[in-house]
Amino acid sequence: MEDLGNLMMGFQAALSWKNIAFMFIGVLLGIIVGVLPGLGGPNGVAILLPLTFGMDPLSAIILLSSIYWGALFGSAITSILFNIPGEAWSVATTFDGYPMAVQGRAGEALTAAFTASFIGAFAGIIVITLVAPLVAKFALRFGPAEYFAVFLLTFCSFIGIGRENRAKIIASLSIGFLLAEVGLDQISGDLRLTFDSTELMRGFNFLVVVIGLFGVSEILVSIEEGLEFKGRSAKLDLKVVFKTWAQLPEYWLSLLRSCLVGVWMGVTPGGAIAASFMGYGLARRFSRRRDNFGKGELEGVLAPETAAHGAGTSALLPMLALGIPGSATAAVLLGGLMIWGLQPGPTLFVEKKEFVWGLIASMYLGNIAGLIIVLATVPVFAAIMRVPFAIIAPLILIVCAIGAYTVGNAKFDIWLMIIFGIIGYIFKKLQFPLAPMVLALVLGDRTETAFRQAMLGSDGSLSVFWANGLVGSIVGLAMLLLFWPLITKVFVATRKPKPSLAA
Amino acid sequence: MNETTEVQPDAGPSRRMMEHAVACALFLLSCLVLWDSFGRGAGWASDGPQSGYFPMRVGLILMGASIAMLYSARKANDEIFMSWAQFRLVAKILVPLLLYALMIQFWGIYLSSAIFMAGFMTMLGSFPIWLTALMSILTPLLAFWVFEIQFQVPLPKGPLETLLGY
Repeated sequence: MEDLGNLMMGFQAALSWKNIAFMFIGVLLGIIVGVLPGLGGPNGVAILLPLTFGMDPLSAIILLSSIYWGALFGSAITSILFNIPGEAWSVATTFDGYPMAVQGRAGEALTAAFTASFIGAFAGIIVITLVAPLVAKFALRFGPAEYFAVFLLTFCSFIGIGRENRAKIIASLSIGFLLAEVGLDQISGDLRLTFDSTELMRGFNFLVVVIGLFGVSEILVSIEEGLEFKGRSAKLDLKVVFKTWAQLPEYWLSLLRSCLVGVWMGVTPGGAIAASFMGYGLARRFSRRRDNFGKGELEGVLAPETAAHGAGTSALLPMLALGIPGSATAAVLLGGLMIWGLQPGPTLFVEKKEFVWGLIASMYLGNIAGLIIVLATVPVFAAIMRVPFAIIAPLILIVCAIGAYTVGNAKFDIWLMIIFGIIGYIFKKLQFPLAPMVLALVLGDRTETAFRQAMLGSDGSLSVFWANGLVGSIVGLAMLLLFWPLITKVFVATRKPKPSLAA
Repeated sequence: MNETTEVQPDAGPSRRMMEHAVACALFLLSCLVLWDSFGRGAGWASDGPQSGYFPMRVGLILMGASIAMLYSARKANDEIFMSWAQFRLVAKILVPLLLYALMIQFWGIYLSSAIFMAGFMTMLGSFPIWLTALMSILTPLLAFWVFEIQFQVPLPKGPLETLLGY
């Protein structure tokens, strides 16, 4: 019950006029960011982060996390009306959302998507409220070895769960680590990997890398796919909204299933995309109307959206409780915490109670505000997609350039942004996952510090990573996840006689 | 979503070639990292791990991954990575973007943004001149208002701003 009191305190902190204004601005910006090509959640947050350097941390995180909520809502708009998934996790939404829009049921699909997002997000927030303080309390006992084990678990789960080629995931992670190492080594004071270049001495700022990888590259990808956005029109009035809401109770089981899948997958890093597909797949398997899936079935919109947003929201749980982001956007937010002078990790719950609980309270408020705003403003945002690409693209690129510059007041960063844009473009086309790279870049320093401190403690012996039950079981879990694909392969092979039941 | 279904069969670098190229580039990168790490010391000094200790290990992992990629790249199919037509489209954005970054070095961000906006809109779209002019003037002004006045974040300025007294 102590936590309930804390939550109330959080609401008090979050409910100032200034913070509510930031919440609305954030959600609106977030929807724009989610709708426009080339500005996803991570990139939008990264561009705006430098503007919050001078703000107090709570207002800053409310603004930025609201952008995140807005982007989650916004990506559903493009998936349904334009058949263009704004984010990778809204791909599954297009399967039934777009056919519904073609049939003239766009309003219904949008309402369903937004409401489902809201339900999923709400489930995620409740889990955060209940579980995050416990995890944090537990994690207070962690030493460097345990921390390194948790980082290892994060990276291994990316490798084990990812849908891409494993060598590419590993390469992506390694590149992120190496980028993080460039510049001054905090422990020894050596300059690493700078090759005597003064520009490289400052190291790579993850914000610049994110803006290039996610922003500039996206513009390059969208131009080569042609410049025509052919969208369906959306009429959304209260009658449609209420009519759709009246149908929802019928799908309670599917919603519940997706909430569980989403929250579970979200806590493991890189889970949102997998969660949306799993939510869709499960709904299709168990639905009574399974034949209608893919042809414009309401449940086919509800299930993936709920799961994706449950995952997107609960991705913040490990970020808050352990200082480990579950998604690329969460990684950028985590970088923000460090910039505002907060030390991410379990100590936040002890030392910055007001900040943590204010943020959690703002999640409740931000999602309610988001649902209302997005329902009210869909036509406006759908209209944004009709602005010609030749106007939108330079605007986005200018915003990216300004964003990259303001990170460190360096013109060189604009060049870096372009270079990472090109790298991101090539990597996207070759199906390299980009999120692991960002994650490793953000966590690189802390992973290395934890590793070196642990090694110092053990005098260079790796046995410190299985010295006690706690660290041993985390490392064991990490290894299990790392070799998960191999294990399932062996498992399936030994049960060969019974085909067709494999997931 | 990235299934690269080309509209017309067109010539261009093949996907397999790109896979090889990227794997080789990453291999070279890992060599560079190892060279740098060993140069500074990647072992164990009297006061604990040296600064190259961790990068060396990451470099080795990257080297392993790039060799694995090189191996699996042999099996990559012959599809086109990007057609020359696509390449031209992408270049239409990249070249102005590079010029934009170059302009920022000398003229600051505001004037460059105006020129970039105008150039982009004339090159890639067909808009009436008044719209192009309006967008090119409004964009930097809006940026100026938001960044310099509202958030007091200074952006790079050039001779034009000096002339105007900033």
